[in-house]
Amino acid sequence: MTFWLLLTVNSITFGGLLFLLSAGFSLIFGLMRIPNLTHGSMFMVGAYLGTSLLGGTSGFTLNFWVAALIAAVEVAILGALMERLLLRRLAGQQLAQVLVTLGVSFMAADLCLMGWGGDPISVATPPHLAGFVRVDGAAFPLYRMAVILIAVVFAVALWLMLERTRLGAMIRAGVDDPQMARVVGIRVSQLFTIVFALGAGLAGFAGIISGPILSVYPGLDQDMLPLALVVVILGGTGSLLGSFVGSIIVGFIYNFGQALLPELAYFVLFLPMVLVLVLRPQGLFGGQIL
Amino acid sequence: MSRKTLSRKVSRRTLLAGSAAGAAAALARFPSPAIAQAAPIKIGLLTVKTGPLAQGGIQMEQGALTYLKETNYTMAGRKVDFVSADTGGAPAGAKTKVQELVERDKVDVVIGPLAAFELYAINDYVQQHKMPTLSLAAADNLTQRTPNPYLIRASATSSQAMQPLGHYAATEMKLKRVVALADDLAFGYEEIGGFQAAFEKDGGCLVGKLWPPLTTPDYTPYVAQIADCDGVCQGFAGSNPLRFMKAYADAGMKYPVVTGEVGGDDALLKSFGNEALGLVSCCPYSLDLESAANTRFIDAMVKNFNAIPGFYSAGIYVNCQVIEAGLKATGGDIGDKDKFMAALRAVSLTDTPRGPIKFDHFGNVVGTFCIRHCGTEGAKYGLKLWNKVVKIYHNVSQFWTWPEQDFLAHPVYSRDYPPLRKC
Repeated sequence: MTFWLLLTVNSITFGGLLFLLSAGFSLIFGLMRIPNLTHGSMFMVGAYLGTSLLGGTSGFTLNFWVAALIAAVEVAILGALMERLLLRRLAGQQLAQVLVTLGVSFMAADLCLMGWGGDPISVATPPHLAGFVRVDGAAFPLYRMAVILIAVVFAVALWLMLERTRLGAMIRAGVDDPQMARVVGIRVSQLFTIVFALGAGLAGFAGIISGPILSVYPGLDQDMLPLALVVVILGGTGSLLGSFVGSIIVGFIYNFGQALLPELAYFVLFLPMVLVLVLRPQGLFGGQIL
Repeated sequence: MSRKTLSRKVSRRTLLAGSAAGAAAALARFPSPAIAQAAPIKIGLLTVKTGPLAQGGIQMEQGALTYLKETNYTMAGRKVDFVSADTGGAPAGAKTKVQELVERDKVDVVIGPLAAFELYAINDYVQQHKMPTLSLAAADNLTQRTPNPYLIRASATSSQAMQPLGHYAATEMKLKRVVALADDLAFGYEEIGGFQAAFEKDGGCLVGKLWPPLTTPDYTPYVAQIADCDGVCQGFAGSNPLRFMKAYADAGMKYPVVTGEVGGDDALLKSFGNEALGLVSCCPYSLDLESAANTRFIDAMVKNFNAIPGFYSAGIYVNCQVIEAGLKATGGDIGDKDKFMAALRAVSLTDTPRGPIKFDHFGNVVGTFCIRHCGTEGAKYGLKLWNKVVKIYHNVSQFWTWPEQDFLAHPVYSRDYPPLRKC
């Protein structure tokens, strides 16, 4: 019983983290039509910047949540710069853009190694969330519960933004049909920058939020990118609902797959992706943004 | 990097000066061998400076540079030219880089590589080229059933530290039933195999083995499977011990955890938090070992790199000591590889940071292994945690207490060997 409870809670937590990571990935994919292969790096850079803000390297200590928000903003700015300075110059050349994002991800990995060294950095759980909830002999860390809450809050906020605001309407139009959106006077290129920055910021935020669970280490980017890719292919590109459902599904498959079929953990993880690609290439919720 | 280039420049200049002096001398009395003698010895380090394994690789280079600085780039009276190559932590990279070191840089001896799969990748090549190789990587069979005559391992085989650990877990910690988890690769299999064999020899029982993939961001699904036991053995490497211990503590697990040299490495102490309190590890190198050689080594590492050494940097430092001892025995001659290898195998040192070492006839180390308890007591060098040595096993060989031929009669430790038995 404990086993199932523990895994269920952990699946939802991991799904929540994946949602924060992949919501932006999915929107960028939907709008700009490219898989942004720096997305894992954004996650890692956010985590590293967060650890610096949390104390140690920069000489002062911030509250965990303040540090997380600042790190997210910093990564968002990096994302905007990258879109403006690199991807913009290659507008319309999708293959070139994908290759640029891949190249930048390698460069980012080496820069992080230079800046923060190769030693893994563990992030302390915020003190007010360090305890457990004990149910039926199983211990559930409060922090993991909080991560679920954060993911839900962000999901609702993103949904409201896309559904109720003018910016959201423009993004939806851009994902639906960029040419038509341009014709009706939406500055799609500006949208690109905004969405890219938003996606990067979310990934950076997810990075530092996951710090107390995953810690920060070189190679974190490459551990996370494939998972985001699976989520987005499962859920459908450009779909918020798709990335939410996809994240939860992948969270469950990842946790239960490793626990029940450890020999086949990766097979089980990527099998649904293959099936979806073959049977429903647009993904479970492809074509519907919300 | 700058230090490396500097050393190269210096040695190139000394090389020039040396040749000039040799040429001048040649005019006087034609001693052409003196020119050859004056040429520096070239040491090539195969390490990893980029990618996920870079943490250990950078420490390896720091260990080598610390030794060379200490001896002023001189070994047995000969200048040393040091070349460092980054394999990227991949077998293909290791193969390319060792070729570069041997054929382009013309090194006389290779130190490294870091990972077992890298060592397997270059094993044939260094044998063909008769290149003395002082490995840090622990691929058991290369000093056991398929020995490489040009290999010397002053660190340990994968299972070497785990065997005394198994003995300690069974006889002193009185553990009866242990679940083992390790990275899903040869190093992990060999570690757990060694632990299991020694632990069961002394009456314990391994009740389960779990093999998470090398890149597992969250270990909770594996932690959830730990049950029906009174202890846990982990054989993780790199940054994985950190995440495993965190997930383990987060799930509220309390069974004692035991681990090997990289799972509880002293270099990880600064990254560990309270989740590592009580971790029992067995390692060929310990910060806590009090000896003049160790204090000198630690102080130099702190001074040069502001780094607290661990298994990786100490391993390479000791390798350098072994090379120097070998060179002294041959009178500085490294031209005859077979003679040099024989000298290396005969090396016996007492003043290394890890304590006294010698080699068996396969070229693998026989030396001191310490059991340590992780706590806060005695912490030094600004660390909050400290691995305190609680028991020292002397003269531990790769065969543990088994006779060599009995040990070699069974297959190499693997995913399925020794098999789990009912108990």
